[in-house]
Amino acid sequence: MDFFIGHYNYWIVIFLMMVGLYTVISRGNLIKKIIGLNIFQVSVFFLYISLGTVEGGAAPIIAEGVEVYSNPLPHVLILTAIVVGVATTALALALVVRIKESYGTIEEDEIHNLDHSL
Amino acid sequence: MENHISLLLVVAPLIAAPVVAVLPRGRWPWAVAFFVAALCAALAGMQLWTVVHEGAISYELGGWAPLWGIEYRIDAVNAYMALIVAAIAAITLPYALLSSEREIPGEKIPLFYSAMLLCLAGLLGITQTGDIFNAFVFLEISSLSSYALISLGKKRQAFTAAYQYLIMGTIGATFYLIGVGLIYSQTGSLNMQDVATILPGVLHLKTVETGFAFIMIGIALKLALFPLHLWLPNAYTYAPSVVTVFLAATATKVAIYLMLRIFFTVFPSGFAMGTPAEEVFIAAGIAGIIIASIYAIYQADVKRLLAYSSVAQIGYMALGIGFASAAGITAALIHLFNHALMKGALFMAIGAIIYRVDVCRMDQIHGLGRAMPWTFGAIVIGGLSLVGVPGTAGFISKWYLVTAALEQAAWISVAVILFGSLLAVVYIGKLIEALYFKPITDTGKVVSEAPVLLLVPTWALVLANLYFGLDTTLTVGVAEKAAAVLGGVKP
Repeated sequence: MDFFIGHYNYWIVIFLMMVGLYTVISRGNLIKKIIGLNIFQVSVFFLYISLGTVEGGAAPIIAEGVEVYSNPLPHVLILTAIVVGVATTALALALVVRIKESYGTIEEDEIHNLDHSL
Repeated sequence: MENHISLLLVVAPLIAAPVVAVLPRGRWPWAVAFFVAALCAALAGMQLWTVVHEGAISYELGGWAPLWGIEYRIDAVNAYMALIVAAIAAITLPYALLSSEREIPGEKIPLFYSAMLLCLAGLLGITQTGDIFNAFVFLEISSLSSYALISLGKKRQAFTAAYQYLIMGTIGATFYLIGVGLIYSQTGSLNMQDVATILPGVLHLKTVETGFAFIMIGIALKLALFPLHLWLPNAYTYAPSVVTVFLAATATKVAIYLMLRIFFTVFPSGFAMGTPAEEVFIAAGIAGIIIASIYAIYQADVKRLLAYSSVAQIGYMALGIGFASAAGITAALIHLFNHALMKGALFMAIGAIIYRVDVCRMDQIHGLGRAMPWTFGAIVIGGLSLVGVPGTAGFISKWYLVTAALEQAAWISVAVILFGSLLAVVYIGKLIEALYFKPITDTGKVVSEAPVLLLVPTWALVLANLYFGLDTTLTVGVAEKAAAVLGGVKP
């Protein structure tokens, strides 16, 4: 039981990861796919951030009377990854706008039909 | 004097990209982009020379010592890859001038060159960096710009192709990120050399194995290893011709380099033996060669035919990695270089046809080979090289690959390599038949030879195919050195 409760952060990460990946694969709506992709990426951000935690550690800012600090490196890494994620989302949404303009729909199966009925 | 080449290779295109984006329309953006690409190619050549003659270079980014700062560590493998990428860029850009004017709307031309340079910066960054997280960032820089480049295609399918690539590419990159996180959690380091020294102590942990699996799957998505190749045919088919040339010759190759790096440098030799990774590579390679080649035979669109052929060629490289011997890695690296040459030449020649007639379906290009003899010649020689006829670069890669397979008595792989060449004869034969032996379909317009500016880069690559098919001292020599660095064995 300790195994489950002690690692609760990883269970959350795995749950979000699966929800995100499943949404990307199963949904036909291009926007919903992007939402799934975002959930998937956020789960990885959680993974990194919880890796950086040190038990009883304070925020990594030097202060008097503090001995134990959390590891700041994973946080910095994930800042970079968040930027990458934002850029990806922005580009994906821009593509969806263009797809909507030229196909008139953002449903994957309808787009497929439009391309193959010509 | 400190050697700044490795940083310049990344920073020059990165700084030039926003500059190009704000330049006025006309030919200035092209001129600046071409200058930067040529500069990078020259720098990469100097770097390879330095590394081969003076040994590995370690560059501390911003003066921070490695482990605190990011280290760019250049050995024979990095320098070889950087030269391939930069040289292909320098040859592709002269070709881009006319081809992009025809296929991309005028107001987007500066942004197009800007994205090309960003893509170049990302790809060169992957080859230079010695830090596994930094590699992720560069991987995404190159991927994001290539999604944008693909969406510039004329047909509306270009948007869906770019979207599909974006979804699959992002999943791949995120998998890589998960793997890096798991490795970091056990080693506390991101520097490749440092991780390699710490890993042997923690190899028994399941976390490390899981991280390895995540990284391998993530990169396999990026390099379009069969059956994770689904984004590739659409992306190559609907992208503008020059983008297809550039991506086909560089993007998947750099992903293969990253794969080799993680597989052999970061993880201690022998680790992969304990996992099913090698069997998976060989199985995926074999399946990819056969299935993708058969798919290629049935394609009506020439670009799509060549795209499926690319998936098959990646299968050959996967076989080389799967053998995990010095000979196998050498073969994979040689084929990586040669395939960049032949696919570059073929896609350029197809791009020249598109420049003239605006289509590239099999039934619409009948007889064009007689109207465009130089372009047709390039397709014939590029095709022969793809098949692996002696005297062309393709023969050299097949030869080394078969030698590596024989060394391990992998009879099935030998048979598959030879069978794959036979299938290549079929699809290249179909292309040549349509171009030369079918009567010209009368469309009412006279087709003339492609402009010289398109033919010169095409033929530069075609002649390189012939040259590296006869004189192998450069490719094989460097590839063996590179394989020695990766495999840790003396050549």
